[in-house]
Amino acid sequence: MSTANQTDDGETRRDFLHLTAGALGAVGVGVFAWPFIDSLNPAADTLAMSTIEVDLSPVEEGESITVVWRGKPVFIRHRTPKEIESAQKIAVADLRDSEADQDRVQKAQWLIMVGICTHLGCVPLGQRKTEPKGDFGGWFCPCHGSHYDISGRIRKGPAPKNLAVPQYNFIDDTTVRIG
Amino acid sequence: MGSGERVTFKNPVVSWIDERLPVFSLMHKEYRAFPTPKNFNYLWNFGAIASVMLILMIVTGIVLAMHYTPHADMAFGSVEHIMRDVNWGWMLRYLHMNGAAFFFVAVYIHMFRGMYYGSYKKPRELLWILGVVIFLLMMATAFMGYTLPWSQMGGWAATVITNLFSAVPIFGDDIVSLLWGGFSVDNPTLNRFFSLHYVLPFVIFAVVFLHVWALHVSGSNNPLGIEPKGPQDTLPFHPYYTMKDTFGLAVFLLLYVVVTFWFPNIFAHPDHFVEYNPLQTPPHIVPEWYFLPFYAILRAITFDIAIPFGNVLFLIAALGATLYAYFSAGRVRKFLWLCIVADIFALALLSFSPHFVLEAKLGGVIAMFGSVGLLVLLPWLDTHPVRSARFRPRYRFFLWLFVIATIVLGYVGAQLPEGIWVKLGQLCTAYYFGFFLVILPWLSRTEKALPLPKSISDAVLKGVVVLFAVISFSTPVLAEGGEHSHEAQHVESQEWSFRGPFGTYDREALRRGYTVYQNVCSACHSMNLVSYRNLSDLGYSPEQVKAIAAEYSVMDGPDDEGEMFERPALPRDPFTNPYPNRKAAIYANNGSYPPDMSLLAKARHGGADYIYGLLTGYGDAPHGKDLMQGQYWNAVMTGNVIAMAPPLSEGMVSYEDGSPETLDQYARDVSHFLTWAAEPHMEARKYTGVKVFIFLLVFAIVMYGVKKKTWADVH
Repeated sequence: MSTANQTDDGETRRDFLHLTAGALGAVGVGVFAWPFIDSLNPAADTLAMSTIEVDLSPVEEGESITVVWRGKPVFIRHRTPKEIESAQKIAVADLRDSEADQDRVQKAQWLIMVGICTHLGCVPLGQRKTEPKGDFGGWFCPCHGSHYDISGRIRKGPAPKNLAVPQYNFIDDTTVRIG
Repeated sequence: MGSGERVTFKNPVVSWIDERLPVFSLMHKEYRAFPTPKNFNYLWNFGAIASVMLILMIVTGIVLAMHYTPHADMAFGSVEHIMRDVNWGWMLRYLHMNGAAFFFVAVYIHMFRGMYYGSYKKPRELLWILGVVIFLLMMATAFMGYTLPWSQMGGWAATVITNLFSAVPIFGDDIVSLLWGGFSVDNPTLNRFFSLHYVLPFVIFAVVFLHVWALHVSGSNNPLGIEPKGPQDTLPFHPYYTMKDTFGLAVFLLLYVVVTFWFPNIFAHPDHFVEYNPLQTPPHIVPEWYFLPFYAILRAITFDIAIPFGNVLFLIAALGATLYAYFSAGRVRKFLWLCIVADIFALALLSFSPHFVLEAKLGGVIAMFGSVGLLVLLPWLDTHPVRSARFRPRYRFFLWLFVIATIVLGYVGAQLPEGIWVKLGQLCTAYYFGFFLVILPWLSRTEKALPLPKSISDAVLKGVVVLFAVISFSTPVLAEGGEHSHEAQHVESQEWSFRGPFGTYDREALRRGYTVYQNVCSACHSMNLVSYRNLSDLGYSPEQVKAIAAEYSVMDGPDDEGEMFERPALPRDPFTNPYPNRKAAIYANNGSYPPDMSLLAKARHGGADYIYGLLTGYGDAPHGKDLMQGQYWNAVMTGNVIAMAPPLSEGMVSYEDGSPETLDQYARDVSHFLTWAAEPHMEARKYTGVKVFIFLLVFAIVMYGVKKKTWADVH
């Protein structure tokens, strides 16, 4: 350790060189880590699968379908005028996650949302006629008892948020592109 | 480990931890204060370099394994998925692929260093043996990694190497089917190779730990081969050798980066880019360059070795060993000798024929494994009291001859086993074994060493640069060696915009080339690894890509009623296949399979030049050469006979950009397009390479300054 003792005073040039080398090494390792981390992000073929087009024409009023988008279930419900009315008349201010029904749909009869409970990621029941729909006539998550209304908003139970609405747009009256 | 003296640390957290688990004391003792001879030359860098390469291989390997699928049907595709779709996947794979080669370069130099300076001699025998164990594990790991892409080369290398074990008498076939997990190299083989390829590097890591531990017990050897006499002969490991090793590492990595980013496939054979087909062996199987010397030794034994009266000889040997056991002292020694007796006796029974013959096949296998196994015995074959070749001129001469013989063996290993290569291989094999078994014991007794200096003096750099240059330049030669041996026809080199260190693709040529593929080639040739979305790389807009895709239809389903249905292709779909399956393609083409074109430019020697040459190489067969129906004469095709009718003719595809609609232009454009299809990230690769190279260059220069400053008070 003969060199370490001398560095306390003076010898700025060596210090500077050491600092430069250390900084270069640290930055080099840091930058080198990025490709490894980025490689874990979705690959190009996965990203290419991230939009789907759905033909809505066979879905009758009062029926629901589930489609797979990015490996997740998407609930599409063709709502009846009665359901739309009940969804719209709720006082928004009273809701845990205040959101008007109009802000959750592009066309009132088509409710499109990701069918994953915002609590811990289970798939709520209520798509089929035989399944329980919870206390508010929408969906019910059996894992921890979250109740969603016919607009997919959380009304009771532990979930913090309404069911998420994915990005989508209508290509024509009966075809929707999700993603 | 924890029994040593502890160091006091100022930092209270460090001190608290160190009192309970003295890792900091350990690091201080082994990597900071560790007394190291002060006269190392640059050959002593390669241990550290090899450790860094091992870590790099493990890190890239772990990430690659996250994207790879070890299934016979999907492995090849998943490797191409890594090369094409995974973010930075091409870079990780090329780093891994070429990292293996550079790991071996570092280890071979490290081993040469050990041999040149006698680092295997007492008290470092076990240190050396642990090194040989690492080398063996590396060979096993590298071989299994070679198989994983499930290419023609990998699959057939696995077949050939596992078949080595069929040479074992009596149990051979059972051992081989045990290795395969079936009756041929297939999915079970791939699965176990993947499992072992993943775990063995960690075993290597553990043995490296033992190797370093043993080193830190005996201390390092040095170029003079004499032990340090006291503190005046040594320096603390840090900062002297940490700085020197880092500088050396930066220079080594510069070479590695040049190969990885500009010549990533220099060590790869075209058959790496064709999926494994268990029904068709490629004409020339070569292992990776770092196995070539051993491969040449395997092939050098072309003759049966007859042992007259083998059984009698064995019985005599068994009797002699029994007597020796009887008169030797100690129970353990007696027991060991009796074990040997039993072995020899068993051999005698096995060889119960008047002329026991060691078949060429088994002989070759024994020679190959023996050539590596001999390294274990090195400390006892060379018992000369002087370590360093610097003071042993005769040993030095024969050692350099050994290096030359090994490099020649490497070259021979890449050639077809014909003519002069067989004889040359046998000659060098004889020298290889002669060096260990005759020359070393003989020199140990007779060589008079030069006078040794009293203590360690300054290091001399001489010769090291030369050696590094020899090895780093001979490896590409070895890699290239295989290519010359069976290059069927001369392919003329053309001008391409993608050539050179900064070359890029010409987008217009790519689009024209795609038009040619679309209108002509795609009638028979599939391109399964390219999707319509990739066309945006050629400069097509998203709308154009969508429109192009929509011209094709793909089978999808099942729909809600369980029926399959046809729909227009989407950008995400791969190029549609002209035939429903391989057999249909073969049937429709008179028994010849039109190869998938995705990787064609990499799967043929000469790449774009070859494809261009083939497309423009049709002509009339010379006199005396009869062609059957459905065969055509081609100047570039192997054997000059091709089953594909001349595909291009003047004016058959119309270009929108006004380029000449000639056969020559079509051929040029489609070759350009196929080169892109095989290596879509080439531009990103070169561009990244420039950045990495500049960074490492600056780092190396700064480290050189640091190293010089650090050493200023020693020199």
